[in-house]
Amino acid sequence: MIAALIVVISLAALLQFFISYCRSLLATYGKVELSEQVREITGLEREPVTGEEFKRVLQLVRLCPDRGDDGFEIRLVGAYYSLLNAMRAMIGWLSPGIIGWAEHERQSCSYFAAVALDRRIMYSRDLLAQQMPDRV
Amino acid sequence: MLGPLNYVVWSVAFLAEGYVVVRAFAEKDFLPYFSLNFYMFAVALVSVGEYYYLQRFGFASVQYYYFYYYSDFFLTVFLFFAVTGLYEHVFREMKVSQYIRLGAALLLVATAAFSYLVVQQHKEHLTGRFVVELGQNLYFVGVVLTYLLWGAVLKLRETRARLVQLVLALGIYFSASAATYALRNLFNGLEFLKIIPPLVNTWLPLAWAYTFTKVPEEARLTTARLAARPSR
Repeated sequence: MIAALIVVISLAALLQFFISYCRSLLATYGKVELSEQVREITGLEREPVTGEEFKRVLQLVRLCPDRGDDGFEIRLVGAYYSLLNAMRAMIGWLSPGIIGWAEHERQSCSYFAAVALDRRIMYSRDLLAQQMPDRV
Repeated sequence: MLGPLNYVVWSVAFLAEGYVVVRAFAEKDFLPYFSLNFYMFAVALVSVGEYYYLQRFGFASVQYYYFYYYSDFFLTVFLFFAVTGLYEHVFREMKVSQYIRLGAALLLVATAAFSYLVVQQHKEHLTGRFVVELGQNLYFVGVVLTYLLWGAVLKLRETRARLVQLVLALGIYFSASAATYALRNLFNGLEFLKIIPPLVNTWLPLAWAYTFTKVPEEARLTTARLAARPSR
């Protein structure tokens, strides 16, 4: 009985801590302004970015050379995005507020992916500049 | 018998633990976050011990089993000190560190007394089930402590991004560990539950390594927006 209670309370706490942790990551990326170039490349010229675009932008991120320092965030935010989709599908019917909140969070995930893409493009340019200093 | 995945998980955790400690020394961050760094140092030492017991006695041996679970017990006590250190950071401006230390000492004595009573009750059969139950209780105390700390962070509108992420990472670790131990207590026969603790153990060193490396001390964020509740 006590073990079952601990499972329920711990899983509820885990969900809360995980959501807050991911939101702290997204908040950091949310402060970054996207470059015009990334807006053009990704087609994210309209405001705000929609939640549906996360997977597409993430595919573009994966096409760029890995900077080696953003894998942790990308995996976590990817897991958070899947969790949001699951929450929308499973408990969205309880209240429209949950769907609205989940969509807002999914938009933040898409914006995060766009910032990650921007950084990787800049990194690729730097790499190219180092390898071909005379031609760039 | 351990597979390649187990060794990969162990290596990743050990490298991250070592990285946190070495980086703390190199960046002169060891003393400001002493309790956290000391815990990481202890975890790295235990990882070496685990490797030794694994190679010497094997995964299925009683020696490895007891080393794993009892070292986990001591590490949890050290982790309570790490939580205390985070409490001191959060309440630093209120100058209540002597009360926090007193509270931590009382909590430790209470935990030790509770554990002693449990051991006394089970001394005729100190089985694996008892070890799992003890781990479950200790981690659950950690969940409660971290949850209270997170409540204080929100209430005091703490803005230090590094501190916020350290607390949240700890909360994820404690709650995942408590849930895993409790599930093992409920469903003792489920083999897949045995792979979860090593995976959970990888989380904390990785998350802290990330925070100390990528989140500068002066970084700030609006904590009220982080609470996990639908706000619109």
